[in-house]
Amino acid sequence: MAYNYDKYLRLEKMPTLWCWGCGDGVILKATIRAIEKMGWKQDDVCVISGIGCSGRFSSYVDFNTIHTTHGRTVAYATGVKLANPDKHVICVGGDGDALAIGGNHTIHACRRNIDINFIVINNFIYGLTNSQTSPTTPQGMWTVSQKAGNIDPTFDACELAIASGASFVGRETMLDPKKLERLLVKGFEHRGFSFFDVMSNCHINLGRKNKMVSAMDNLNWIDSITTPKSKYDKLSPEEQLNMFPTGVLKHDTEVREYCDMYQDIKDVHQGKRAKITQDDFEKKI
Amino acid sequence: MATREIISTGNELSAIAAVDAGCEFFGGYPLTPSSEVMHVISDLLPAAGGAAIQMEDEIAGICCVIGASMTGVRALTATSGPGVSLKAENLGLAQMAEVPLVLVNVMRGGPSTGLPTRVSQGDVLQAKNPSHGDYKSITLCAGTLAECYTEVVRAFNLADRFMQPVIVLTDETLGHMHGKAILPTLEEVKAGIKLRKQFDGAPEDYFPYECEPDQPAVLNSMFKGYRYHFTGLHHDKNGFPTEEINTCRKLIQRLEDKVELHRDELELNEEFMLDDLEENDVLIIAYGSVSLAVKEAIADLRKQGIKAGLFRPITLWPSPAERIKHFTDKIKNVLVVELNIKQYTAEVERVSSRLDLEGLYKVNGRPIAPHEIVAKVKEVF
Repeated sequence: MAYNYDKYLRLEKMPTLWCWGCGDGVILKATIRAIEKMGWKQDDVCVISGIGCSGRFSSYVDFNTIHTTHGRTVAYATGVKLANPDKHVICVGGDGDALAIGGNHTIHACRRNIDINFIVINNFIYGLTNSQTSPTTPQGMWTVSQKAGNIDPTFDACELAIASGASFVGRETMLDPKKLERLLVKGFEHRGFSFFDVMSNCHINLGRKNKMVSAMDNLNWIDSITTPKSKYDKLSPEEQLNMFPTGVLKHDTEVREYCDMYQDIKDVHQGKRAKITQDDFEKKI
Repeated sequence: MATREIISTGNELSAIAAVDAGCEFFGGYPLTPSSEVMHVISDLLPAAGGAAIQMEDEIAGICCVIGASMTGVRALTATSGPGVSLKAENLGLAQMAEVPLVLVNVMRGGPSTGLPTRVSQGDVLQAKNPSHGDYKSITLCAGTLAECYTEVVRAFNLADRFMQPVIVLTDETLGHMHGKAILPTLEEVKAGIKLRKQFDGAPEDYFPYECEPDQPAVLNSMFKGYRYHFTGLHHDKNGFPTEEINTCRKLIQRLEDKVELHRDELELNEEFMLDDLEENDVLIIAYGSVSLAVKEAIADLRKQGIKAGLFRPITLWPSPAERIKHFTDKIKNVLVVELNIKQYTAEVERVSSRLDLEGLYKVNGRPIAPHEIVAKVKEVF
């Protein structure tokens, strides 16, 4: 029997404003299934989105929802989580949201390792606003702001998250919703900052202008640039250059979560423990 | 009435006031000359069970405060002019989504990096319209050490009453001034706390943005079974984005009217030695730390046989238009004293319909001394 999403959807908001064939709906459904697998109550979940096509994600799902300003998703989420450490916070952003205008917040939320789940729907373009270059747009592709061809070097979102200190980092594509759902569950279970680079299509505003006219053309391209991490690791450096590994790329359960560490600060000020010193941390510098 | 005395600085008093007023969350970023607010509250809040966080930038500072407030807790941020410039867009979201918060702006010299360690009142107009679009700001201005405390307390109650950000302006002089403040007792402050309204009916009957045309949204605390949507977009009664013509018009008109039609709940002024003034005497209009110098000047002037008095708005925005007009209609000689160039004078001109106001303006980062005011009065009147 088909999965019934009705309980988690704001049905009066359907249909979505996403284009036919867009991956955002697939990712939304995978997210809902992962939340249900976690057994989280709708009242205990806060879903926060930014600006762009992915920004509408929060208005379609029946949780406590916040649609923030462009790029500030995880900054809002930090306040929600730190004030309510026992609740579940899921952020949804686009590649522009997470890596351009909100890049600084992404870096520092990863570094703090606060227990927020950040789903970045990476479609390699500013889709909603008609094809401007994003930080993940491949070099040489046509964008409306670089009609001669994009010269801007691209970000690997997961490399950024790993380097910034996120304790769970994974990548999947909307081509395999089951795998995506499993990745999300693993990240949701993880206590710490969980970063998901979810590659998706925008055949309307990336594909059509870059010889990938249909959704399937765009998805085939995504398929051709991704491979499971186990296979990726066996590739030559030259082959790795044009390939993104998928699956769990980092899962560190040793590093402490920020709200847990903040409880130490409360304990210090409430006279329940001695002041925090360098001796409390394995890494001294 | 029982009171208590605290010897402290303006910045420390602002932090203490927030915690006394029930603030549970602080988010901010270091910015001279406001940083001591963060330093102090970073100790006080965790001790009281709340949380204070230094974020990666000014923008994140206000974003996490809005996020915390959306869940139902009282939240504070503190900064100075450059920080307000950076926070402006998200102040707009808090106006639009009707999220209460308090922002303390310890004013320093501007524009741009300006004079980081020097006093100014250059952010008065910024406080009126920090973000784009139509909304009605509420801005309070502390004029004494004690008001660095009492205005922050009042700001929290007004933020929850009107469901929007309230800006408290102090300045470098007050923020770093160290002295005795006579404050209301903690019991009195606690007794005066009025938290934001909550809807207690069935969730299916709850429409957070469905309210009277002059009233704020009723936003229930998050995670309590009333699931709804916050957005900076024009939105309907449930908080969902809409472009429906009448909904959009009514929303923005309500953001204006919820404040404009209830100015009486906001107005607070000090009227100092105004009772005996007659037509040919001298009315001085000033606010903030400048008023301390004005009061000394008035004592000096009166010794010299010049009758002068002070009108000091404590709520700067919305301005006390009728009260200003009352005094400017009655008294011919009006001097406005500000640490900026005519920012509030323009408002006094507007509400008084007078273009013959004298002004004393100082923009070199130094406070105005009483003797400068005395000299100006003797020069122009």
